[in-house]
Amino acid sequence: MKRTLTIFRGTKENGRYEDYEVEQQEGMVVLDAIHRIQAEQATDLACRWNCKAGKCGSCSAEINGKAKLTCMTRMDTLPDGPIRVGPVKTFPLQKDLVTDVSWNYRVKKRITPFTPKTYTPEEAKKGEFNMKQEDIDRVQEFRKCIECFLCQNVCHVLRDFPENKEVFDGPRYMIRLAELEMHPKDDADRIPYVKETSGVGHCNITRCCTEVCPENIVITDNGIIPLKERMSDRYYDPLRMIWRKLTGKS
Amino acid sequence: MPSLPAVSKTHEFDVIVVGAGGAGLRAAIEASREGARTAIICKSLLGKAHTVMAEGGAAAALRNTDPRDTWKVHFRDTIRGSKYLSQWPMAMLHAQEAPERIRELERWGAVFDRTKDGWINQRNFGGHQYPRLAHVGDRTGLELIRTLQDKGVHSGIEVFMEVTVTKLFTKDGTVTGCLAYERETGKFHLFKAKSVVVATGGFGKAWKYNSNSWEYTGDGHTLAYEAGAELMDMEFFQFHPTGMVWPPSVRGTLVTEGVRGEGGILRNSEGKRFMYDYIPEMFQGDFAETEEEVQRWLDGDKDARRPPELLTRDVVARAIRSEVKAGRGTEHGGVYLDISWRDAEYVKKKLPSMYHQFKELANVDITKVPMEVGPTAHYAMGGIRVDHESQESTTVRGLYACGECAAGLHGANRLGGNSLTDLLVFGKRAGEHAARRALETKEHPEIPAEEVQAAIDAAVAPLERESGENPFKVHEELEELMQDNAGMIREAEDLKKALEGLAAFAERVRNIKVGGNIQYNPGWHEALDIHNLLVCAEATARAALEREESRGGHTRADFPQSDAEYWQHHNIVLKKGADGRMEVRRVPLTPWSDEVNRIMEASAEELSGDTHAEVHPL
Ligand SMILES: Cc1cc2nc3c(=O)[nH]c(=O)nc-3n(C[C@H](O)[C@H](O)[C@H](O)COP(=O)(O)OP(=O)(O)OC[C@H]3O[C@@H](n4cnc5c(N)ncnc54)[C@H](O)[C@@H]3O)c2cc1C
Ligand code: SF4
Ligand code: SF4
Ligand code: FES
Repeated sequence: MKRTLTIFRGTKENGRYEDYEVEQQEGMVVLDAIHRIQAEQATDLACRWNCKAGKCGSCSAEINGKAKLTCMTRMDTLPDGPIRVGPVKTFPLQKDLVTDVSWNYRVKKRITPFTPKTYTPEEAKKGEFNMKQEDIDRVQEFRKCIECFLCQNVCHVLRDFPENKEVFDGPRYMIRLAELEMHPKDDADRIPYVKETSGVGHCNITRCCTEVCPENIVITDNGIIPLKERMSDRYYDPLRMIWRKLTGKS
Repeated sequence: MPSLPAVSKTHEFDVIVVGAGGAGLRAAIEASREGARTAIICKSLLGKAHTVMAEGGAAAALRNTDPRDTWKVHFRDTIRGSKYLSQWPMAMLHAQEAPERIRELERWGAVFDRTKDGWINQRNFGGHQYPRLAHVGDRTGLELIRTLQDKGVHSGIEVFMEVTVTKLFTKDGTVTGCLAYERETGKFHLFKAKSVVVATGGFGKAWKYNSNSWEYTGDGHTLAYEAGAELMDMEFFQFHPTGMVWPPSVRGTLVTEGVRGEGGILRNSEGKRFMYDYIPEMFQGDFAETEEEVQRWLDGDKDARRPPELLTRDVVARAIRSEVKAGRGTEHGGVYLDISWRDAEYVKKKLPSMYHQFKELANVDITKVPMEVGPTAHYAMGGIRVDHESQESTTVRGLYACGECAAGLHGANRLGGNSLTDLLVFGKRAGEHAARRALETKEHPEIPAEEVQAAIDAAVAPLERESGENPFKVHEELEELMQDNAGMIREAEDLKKALEGLAAFAERVRNIKVGGNIQYNPGWHEALDIHNLLVCAEATARAALEREESRGGHTRADFPQSDAEYWQHHNIVLKKGADGRMEVRRVPLTPWSDEVNRIMEASAEELSGDTHAEVHPL
């Protein structure tokens, strides 16, 4: 079956959508079609990819207006008719489907990295942390993040107001913060950062980020909301904070 | 056409690391820790290297799941798995240092799955006598690369991402730096360096069906080879037994060995569990012989032997191929891999990304029906020949290699899970030695401007040509040539055909023309990458023709037996000759030391009693 892809070509100054026709084979994903076009019709068509299996988070794009991984979007799941593929909108366009995502890396760098607690005597003997699986399930959920930045792309705070990148780290980094804060063996305190710098207050819980996450991370309910709670405990409920300090319980 | 035929920026570093996978990142962290000014260069965005795709786990004798395990058992498994061609001093360092490298990752923030007691959990994998793979579900590589990446960016390393290295410079046999271009803009950068660490991964893109990304074109192998380094073990390429075979668009995509580690069963179209019939002599007696024993093993009975699905990859891949050839394959030319007999929730918890991958890409629910699988080109055992301790090239001073692009640890066949700890153990060593050497070197040597200009001109040539061939088409045909003539099963006739074909390709690669301009132009990038693939393909075919026996990842239909007398004791080394041609040489292996002899012959009880080299407090 022949299928038309309408793909964004060019740069910010000089860009347009162009039609390409490909033979749609069984099981084909949008990235396959892009590769066919690249090989046969437009060798300079720029796109990113690595794993072609939803593991690296390189191939994000907007397919028929929806933020998706092109390698995990089967063409036969899309409605008949042309398939429109454009770059993600929240980051500056470089060329065709490739955008400048370096802002994300800069945000990550300013978050205090994992800071290990000292070993207990038992741990020191073994040279490993002792952690129960149930105490790290949540941390592992957040660590599934493949940094595709689709959540950053759809979050209206960042998408509609580019200047907000100065004041809001975005959902990806909310769960990075949550992951570190919930790590049972982390010794740093990032709650002041959450309050002063991360801009968590800009998030009004629309859950658009959670909806697009290809790793099914429940960004808002499992990450952002608990983070907001920790912050308000600390700053607006000093009694609970003291309780927590004394008992080690939240 | 707006080409930029000059260097737009020159940088000076003590250590340049080419490649930001597990090996490159670990090397850069160590180099920086040693006090060297360090930069890391990679073709993709940071965190997207091949390492991110690793699924099953990282092998280290942590002794958390089975206390009988020790570094010695791990060492012996590696040597046996390598079909005796591993450089044993490397295998020894690897087995001894791997546990420490894993524990260190945990202190840098990695969160591995836990045992009931709260320690790092370990899973079974092919060729490993005990459950040995530290893992995080089936996304261990992501955990590893993310941890190293986060550690790295806070270690003062400068990162150049989406920058591709096209040339290494040397003076009098010593490395002096490299040339690279920015993918986005096409601008050229010159890096002067006192040491260069190459950690660019493999070259599976030489075959049609593979589990590899566009990056796997053997750039580091070729850069080093052209700078005078030796390549070794290039005839050994691992065809992973279980790649997806259907639908066509995902053919080759990996199905982790973790599926078999969790009890996945291989059956042919007649429903027969065929691996019982393929246990090689070397492993006779080590594997379960009945379903009942397998079940006991799965239930944790320490006296039961492992299921034959967990034989080494070379054995399983050949078995699958034989079944399909004998007409007992599935509709799409594979065999069945079945995990659906296990509890659905367990499968989803332990193999979430496999579940997801089959569901989304093949419409198959692996908790209900079997998968269809077949061999796929996966891993390069061969690579840059290095000193066992320092990872320095045997012939080029100041050039180091680690990770998949280095040779030595895996010999004729790599055990699953040994790559990830290879990256860590030898990445660290490479970084350390590269830094020390750099810090002892006073000045950055000059790189002659003519050499730099010549390298730039060569790189932009495909853009400037009036006409020529399409790079993607040339690549596709190259893959076919290799798949047909230098794939899993080889023969002298075919290998000669491959070599003739490759000579013709060399000519075609020189005549590639790409359209468009120099900015983010995949056609241009491809044109440069194919040249590297071609060198690796030639090395593979030449070495494969030379080795007249079958062993591990090299099977000769015309020499189906292993030769214990001669070839078991020789590696094949390739080097660029003075006339530009590839020279092939046989090099004897280092004889086993007394300790190695003892370990190889010891009984299981003898090895498990020894806990030497277990705990190194941080
Ligand atoms: C699907 C899959 C699953 C796997 N599962 C496992 C597993 O469970 N356990 C295990 O032990 N192993 C596994 N492996 C193998 C293992 O993942 C790889 O061998 C290993 O990650 C390679 O790491 P590396 O650091 O050597 O290279 P990579 O991680 O591939 O990194 C190479 C780096 O070099 C850069 N590069 C390449 N060329 C250039 C150039 N010209 N200029 C600049 N930069 C360049 C790339 O951009 C990249 O950053 C798996 C492999 C695959 C494909
Ligand atoms: S829930 Fe918050 S972070 Fe997520 S999209 Fe909405 S505003 Fe953005
Ligand atoms: S949280 Fe999900 S959507 Fe956001 S970057 Fe990570 S994987 Fe992508
Ligand atoms: S190519 Fe890796 S997620 Fe799509």
